[in-house]
Amino acid sequence: MNCRSEVLEVSVEGRQVDEAMLALVHTILLHRSTGKFHYKKEGTYSIGTVGTQDIDCDFIDFSFVRVSSDELDRVIRKAVGEFKDAMGNGTDGMGQISLEFYQKKKSRWPFSDECIPWEVWSIKVNVVNLANEQERQICREKVGEKLGEKVINIVEVINRHEYLPKMPTQSEVDNVFDTSLKDVQPYLYKITFQITDTLGTSVSTTMRRLIKDTLAL
Amino acid sequence: MDSDLSPQDKKDLDKFIKFFALKTVQVIVQARLGEKICTRSSSSPTGSDWFNLAIKDIPEVTHEAKKALAGQLPGIGRSMCVEISLKTSEGDSMELETWCLEMNEKCDKDIKVSYTVYNRLSLLLKSLLAITRVTPAYKLSRKQGHDYVILYRIYFGEVQLTGLGEGFQTVRVGVVGTPVGTITLSCAYRTNLAFMSTRQFERTAPIMGIIIDHFVERPFGNMGHMHPCNYRAPAEEEGGYTGVEDSQEVCTTSFSTSPPSQCVSALSTAHLKSLKPAVMDTLKVPVMSLGFSHQPPVLVGAADFCHPSTLNAANPHQMGIPGKEGGVPQQVPVQPCHAAQAEHARASSCLPNDHVPAVPSGSGEDAEASSRSTDGKSVSPRDVMETTFTRKVGAFVNKPGTQVTTASLDLPFAAFAPRAYDIEENDPMVQPPESPATSSPLQGSLHSQGSGESGVPAQDDFVMVDFKPAFSKDDLLPMDLGTFYREFQNPPQLASLTIDVSSQSMAEDLDSLPEKLAVYEKNIDEFDAFVDTLQ
Repeated sequence: MNCRSEVLEVSVEGRQVDEAMLALVHTILLHRSTGKFHYKKEGTYSIGTVGTQDIDCDFIDFSFVRVSSDELDRVIRKAVGEFKDAMGNGTDGMGQISLEFYQKKKSRWPFSDECIPWEVWSIKVNVVNLANEQERQICREKVGEKLGEKVINIVEVINRHEYLPKMPTQSEVDNVFDTSLKDVQPYLYKITFQITDTLGTSVSTTMRRLIKDTLAL
Repeated sequence: MDSDLSPQDKKDLDKFIKFFALKTVQVIVQARLGEKICTRSSSSPTGSDWFNLAIKDIPEVTHEAKKALAGQLPGIGRSMCVEISLKTSEGDSMELETWCLEMNEKCDKDIKVSYTVYNRLSLLLKSLLAITRVTPAYKLSRKQGHDYVILYRIYFGEVQLTGLGEGFQTVRVGVVGTPVGTITLSCAYRTNLAFMSTRQFERTAPIMGIIIDHFVERPFGNMGHMHPCNYRAPAEEEGGYTGVEDSQEVCTTSFSTSPPSQCVSALSTAHLKSLKPAVMDTLKVPVMSLGFSHQPPVLVGAADFCHPSTLNAANPHQMGIPGKEGGVPQQVPVQPCHAAQAEHARASSCLPNDHVPAVPSGSGEDAEASSRSTDGKSVSPRDVMETTFTRKVGAFVNKPGTQVTTASLDLPFAAFAPRAYDIEENDPMVQPPESPATSSPLQGSLHSQGSGESGVPAQDDFVMVDFKPAFSKDDLLPMDLGTFYREFQNPPQLASLTIDVSSQSMAEDLDSLPEKLAVYEKNIDEFDAFVDTLQ
């Protein structure tokens, strides 16, 4: 099974980075989250209900829908915040956030579980600095339109109905879904990012993360 | 084709398609209410959340959808469409987008109905939630209120896209293959939002530019079926699943972890039967209070949707929190688009039971909601009789002959006060039928945006205003500011600055210089004496 990989690119102003990333990551997660599973006897399970919430962006003329889960929102905001910090303030730059959905495959001891990605979304961000308010106003609208196009792209990919992990049994559910949240259950995912500074050299902070994840049992 | 599908699967599939269609309509209309939607996630399934999504059911919308479907299901050649249009306060309307739920012949025989189809339909609904915020109509709908409202219309059958103007774009939300065909959901939206008004007397700034193709003949002129995308809290008795028998069915909530071929779905017509069906009657309101729902979407929508709603069938009352209804300063009456209102009211008087406003009328415990909803009921006959209306004209327009009575009032802005009686009468949102229309000049001026008309005979198309600037009273000059300005706009030239054509030319000036100098030299003593006095 090959991992599906999709790339989205946006150009934003410094203060729009957070919201743009949140919008796209939440849109993807909306489609990749289900309600909580409740397993019953006889191998059946029922699924909880996913609520949705409209979010308006402050720096972009855009609104998006996310899953109604404050916990999930906190996790995503934290990751996006770290990305924003790594991108630096006020400087032009390029970076990339990767949202990877994976399945865990249990390995025998002493080997740790394998993480097999089945879908990776790479969101490339190009940060620009604008000189005056008029340009910023235009940027607000333009970025809003661009994000709209990206949402349409996301929806298009998702509705191809390509590979999705099989619904797991109760014992396997943690290998497919992130069951740590109280109210919703997204597929197992991880968020990583890379920053490319203006000189074009790549500074990867993901390596540390990836190593940490792999070592975590 | 059908022989491949077991009866249970066929039944399930029909049910899924039906509820998918209903939920699709709900999502689209709710996305155009003009407010942010917020529903709560629930880890314990309630059994009433179709497709595992918390999507509220607005009763009127469900009712309209069912009426349009008339017992049929979207199928091949039978599409369900939701048309979203915009209507300005002047009565101009424009189709913004059409959402189409269609089915084509491409079948996926191997797909499992209760499992894969259900989950994919759920995914498609999520995609619909996302896409409805992306089309241009979303932003417009968020700003609706005073100047324009957003209306929806549901129809079944052939898709009609001619009203979208040239160059409309299509976005495909998604597809789901089923054993009986492939369901596709798409949206065609207008891109040309600039429109041109052909009304020359329109002085006020157009809302979004100028109207272009407004006067195109609508091929299927079912204007009467438009409904405002606007929602009020249902009265307490109504509940969330009013009088709709089959909405009482619980959706599939149980799945099997065994291979998909052994899916178990639990369906039961359970606890919802306890709801009172009595409210059926309230939906037969013969009113077409075509909204001028100036009803700021603040109305119930916000209170409603942001309140965590669990769609718990047992507690439908959680949906209705009309807390914010009082928020708007006494329902600034809607723009005097009485033309449209009268027109539609007339339409409704012919078809009394066809049109349902988005106002659930009914004796609600909430007095305000009920007063408004009964407004809806009673506005029709009044509107039919009340054919006079006034058009807005700009302020600062010169008024010919006929003087205006209220213009002589000393009140500032008195001249701008429209015939508030009219406005108040016609606006169902303002006056409950019981209380008489109270006219207040200030109230009128608030909504009229500076256009005035007072005491003008109804037959005039134009309403001219005698311009009376606020706080100006002219005792000194018997003229108003406009006249004054025009008179003194071109003052006469100063004498010293006029150049007399017959005066000497430059050369002659130079020639006369020596003579002048001689004269000055003669009088030099006088000049010296003068200078001494200055020191």
